[in-house]
Parts: sequence; structure tokens; C-alpha cells
Amino acid sequence: MTRHIHRPSRMNDARSRQHAGWWAFALHRISGVALALFLPLHFWALSQSLQGPDALEHFLRWTDRPLFKFAEWGLVCLLALHMTGGLRVLALEFLPWRDWQKTLLACSVGAAFVVGCAFALAL
Amino acid sequence: MSDLHVRIWRGDAEGGFSAYQVPRQESQTVLDVVTYVQRQLDATLAYRFACRVGMCGSCAMTVNGVARWTCRTHVSKVIDDQGALEIAPLNHLPIVRDLVTDMAPFFDQWAAASGQFSGAKTRHDDFATVPPDSPARRAIDAAIECIGCGVCYASCDTVAWNPAYLGPAALNRVWTLVQDARDTATLDHLRAVSGDAGCQACHTHVSCAERCPKNISPTVGIAGLKRALTKATLKGQL
Repeated sequence: MTRHIHRPSRMNDARSRQHAGWWAFALHRISGVALALFLPLHFWALSQSLQGPDALEHFLRWTDRPLFKFAEWGLVCLLALHMTGGLRVLALEFLPWRDWQKTLLACSVGAAFVVGCAFALAL
Repeated sequence: MSDLHVRIWRGDAEGGFSAYQVPRQESQTVLDVVTYVQRQLDATLAYRFACRVGMCGSCAMTVNGVARWTCRTHVSKVIDDQGALEIAPLNHLPIVRDLVTDMAPFFDQWAAASGQFSGAKTRHDDFATVPPDSPARRAIDAAIECIGCGVCYASCDTVAWNPAYLGPAALNRVWTLVQDARDTATLDHLRAVSGDAGCQACHTHVSCAERCPKNISPTVGIAGLKRALTKATLKGQL
């Protein structure tokens, strides 16, 4: 048998992706990539402690300003989105389901929104 | 009713859109529009159809960017505010000419996915008894009505990103076989759908389920195959 492994002739554009499942994928992927990009910065910040408690304390005080608080809130939202998106995928893959994937998506985005709001109120 | 402004893909992969004016009619389907163009405006237009009633799966095309069965798609449902209709061949398949794609890569994936039934009984044996309300039979019922139109394959971005990917229709077919109490090659089916091109490659966009004209959800079958593969692996059967 001949298997035709081919280059796709025409690709999907944005019009074919206007549905909840694709948005859920996009949110999960974008939040994941953004968190991965943040990780080196996170490790660098932690590494300040290697130069003594004063260096870390100085750095933490330096970040104690509105812009960083806003960025921290964004980070929590990204984490919440990525976690709830991941739980959604796990539910899709391991629970018997059929017609409630959009409900699941709404629950995951809703849960992420609640976490984001809760953190913003606690700031 | 005013005319439709229709743009239809002409030529092969290097082709482009040509514009046509088609009279608007009530209850007009996209296939009606294509047929009007071919019979009244340009007899050289190539397209494919057979049954016209949503059974054969041969008339699927990309309509305003979305893969659809054109015989059961009303113009009123897909037309934009300007009365424009863009009709192109299915994505992810080689274009033979105009609206006709080569479906061979799509069906080759069914064979590659081990989509053939393997039974132990012969015509001399009695019928197998499968309770209609058993969970496995219900799972098959939900997935068995595939007409092989290729809409899911054309809608799936994983197919575009990984050309070796077996695709939603082939995996959905294997899911029905894995659930089939009469099939004797379950482990062969699972082996065929494991690996980089198999069910694990699905990114869960759910585009296949969103677009399937028969309301099948291949994502359900793909998730089921992943669970079956995990179980078989843990049991050391693979």
C-alpha cells in the first residue's frame, strides 16, 4: 500500500477556528508559552538569594511597586487559565463525556476568572 | 432577490478565485450554486457530488472558510452581509482541479490506522449477540454514521501541522472497532493508532466535532482510544 504523506495544499484560516474548543486550545497554549517565558526570570529572581538575604530583600523591595503588582496579577491569571485548561483536557480525556465540552470550557474559564478576581481583591 | 456574488477556486494548488454572479433563490444550497455555475456560466468547472441528500459524502467543500457538506448547506446559513459566497476545495488534501480534491491521502489514513474489521466467525456460524443497550454498542452507535466526507480531516489543524497524523475520521473508525465485541484484532488496532501520528497527537481543538455534518464527535473516540491505549500499556499488552 502507498501512503501519501503530503504537504497540505491549503491551510485553515481564522474563519474555521471560530469556535469554543479552538479558543480553549489557544488560551491554554498562549498561557503555557507565556509561563514558560516567565520561568527564567523567576529562577533569576530566586537566585538573588545566593548573594545573601540582603540582596534578595533588596530585589523584593524593588519589585514592590504597582507595575509589578499588576504583572503579578497577570501571572496568577495565566497560572489559573493554564491549570483550569489542563484540568479541562484531563476531564475530556479521562471522563466519559459527549455533549458537555462547552460547559467544561465555561467552567474552566470561569474558575480562572474567579481566581484572578480573588487575587486582585487580596492585593 | 438580488444576485449572489460567488468566488470559486479555479485551477490546482497554484490557482486562485474567479468571480461569478448567480441568481439568488429560496432554499438554495451551496451545491445548487456550484451546479448553476457549471451548467449556465462555465462548463469547465470541476466539482464532485453524487446523492445530493447528505448520504454519500462526496460534495464537501470549503464554504466561506469553513469545511461543509454543500448539498445540505443552505446559502442563507453561510452567506455574509454583502451576499458574498467563497467556495474552495477542502483543505489539507491535494487539489486535482477546481473544487475536486484527491481523497486518497484521507482514505489511506483509514488503512494505515488499521480501520478494517477482523472477525473470527464465518458465514456458517450463528450471529453474534450484541446487546443494543450495552455501553460499547452505544459508543459505536454514536460514532458509526460517518459518511467519509473528509470535513473533519479538512477542519483539523493537527492534520496541517503533522501530515502523517491519521486524522479524526480514521481514528473514529478505529474507535468503533475497538468497541466492537466481534472484532478480534483490538491490540493491532491500538498499536496502529499509537505513536506520533496516532491518537496521542490530537491537540483537542474539537474542530472535528464542531464541523462534522453527522454530529459525530471524533474527539470522544480519540479520547477513548487514549484511555484504551493507556490501559493496554499498563497491563503490558502492547
